[in-house]
Amino acid sequence: MNALLHKVLAPIEALPPDIQFALWAFVKIFIILNVTLVAVSYLVWAERKICSRMQGRFGPNRVGIFGLLQPWADVVKLLFKEEMMPGTANKVIYRIAPGLAIVPALITFSVVPFGPGLQVTDINVGLLLFLAMSSIGVYAIVLGGWASNNKYALIGGLRASAQMVSYELAMGVSTIGVLLLAGSLSMVDIVKMQTVPIHVFGMPMSGWFIFRQPVAFIVFMIAALAETNRTPFDLAEAEAELVAGFHTEYSSMKFGLFFLGEYSNIITICAIAVTLFLGGWDGPGPNAIKFVWFFGKLAVLVFCFVWTRWTLPRYRYDQLMNIGWKFLLPVAFGSVLVTAALSYYMRSPR
Amino acid sequence: MIPILFAGFSALLLLSALMVVLHRNPVTSALFLVVAFCALAGIYIVMKAEFIGMVQVIVYAGAIMVLFVFVIMYLNLSHDLERGATIVLRRMIGWIAGAIVLLQAVLVMAGRWALGPISQVVPPPGGNTQVLGQVLYTRFLFPFEITSLILLVAMVGAIVLSKGKTGRGASPKATLESMRRQLPPGVTLTPPPGGQE
Repeated sequence: MNALLHKVLAPIEALPPDIQFALWAFVKIFIILNVTLVAVSYLVWAERKICSRMQGRFGPNRVGIFGLLQPWADVVKLLFKEEMMPGTANKVIYRIAPGLAIVPALITFSVVPFGPGLQVTDINVGLLLFLAMSSIGVYAIVLGGWASNNKYALIGGLRASAQMVSYELAMGVSTIGVLLLAGSLSMVDIVKMQTVPIHVFGMPMSGWFIFRQPVAFIVFMIAALAETNRTPFDLAEAEAELVAGFHTEYSSMKFGLFFLGEYSNIITICAIAVTLFLGGWDGPGPNAIKFVWFFGKLAVLVFCFVWTRWTLPRYRYDQLMNIGWKFLLPVAFGSVLVTAALSYYMRSPR
Repeated sequence: MIPILFAGFSALLLLSALMVVLHRNPVTSALFLVVAFCALAGIYIVMKAEFIGMVQVIVYAGAIMVLFVFVIMYLNLSHDLERGATIVLRRMIGWIAGAIVLLQAVLVMAGRWALGPISQVVPPPGGNTQVLGQVLYTRFLFPFEITSLILLVAMVGAIVLSKGKTGRGASPKATLESMRRQLPPGVTLTPPPGGQE
């Protein structure tokens, strides 16, 4: 088997290392991109199914068994729909914005370790890449809202920019505790750190950072809800006040891209939460099947996102700002202070 | 690979920087500035300074420029307003400033304008994040703390300015009084029917 593999790959191994690296990266990116996009379309299906069960309905059940072919039907519909553009829109920016909605979320996936050795790349600033991409993600909404030249869209965009800039801070600070414990910005190192059980008063305990950083985990998840513009923080597209918020003027596949962007952001941010707090691919079993644990944990967190959306009502704008600045941020700072003090006094003598 | 990437990012940086000054629409200019910051981050990463590169994107592209775009959108400037100094004066100042920069560049680079072999940069074992942190918190601790203090003062100043004399600290009655005092003569302020002062 190995000899056969060598024979097939021989022409590739003869290439210069730079080209080889680019080729492998391309193959990995291709696989992960497609898996992610299919996962995103089924997340939409899952959300519709879960929310209808919560409301005592059946949800999509006409296209295929359990409505499983519904996402494909939706994509075909979106692709063939007529495209409208407002006459007074800023044409170039109007076209760029939907692409900006989805690209940062997909870039973040390049640093997520799905299993031992299963990631596109392991750079030593992986966590910073995630923070950078989540801060770039604001532009899609702001520009989409501005370029449409529609007052509802503009208000939606302005609200989103204020909200995402505020909650980014709380999210960034809540990850500092994890960094202090892991001592590295690399996603792979953070996961490896969590696979080692720790001992509390001689009792063995799981090394997952959620047990050592519970407050940071809660802050991270609340900020994640706000960053992805999900209820109860979906003021950027509050239907009752702003028609559809920043994507009021978008139709057809451009709307579809905004939609995909929102859901791929959810999957990305949950994947980061699994990596940082829930031990990544850590779990019993041989290394080859550990990615199943990763996707299991991811599914649980994504379900919580959907669950929250269909349970809680939307916050008022001043409440939103108060929670971000006066509650989440001080709590996150407190957690960092306690973690830093504890890890300074409990550090192993060298 | 590295020289190609470096040349690509540099070209992108120069082009987008030019577009920032040449484009008439403020929002488009701001967006080209974002592209320029990202290209600069790319150059940092090519030079094995990945921490600075990422922080460049987080701070400049992700936070500061979002606020810039926010303000431009909020003021709804559709094009550059020609106010203040006349265009002739502006052009003259521009030419003088450009000439000074060019002169300095020539003076600085005159002796060393030659491409040599690229020195082999050996990245430290823990990545340069760790090294940077150690240097910042030991050797350069005082300048670092002074910088944070200056930022804090600026922040407090911004809050004080935005609250103004009639901020939330003042009582509604005092606010109304100060509004009355600012009114032009002959105009009176009446409370809404059923409302209270």
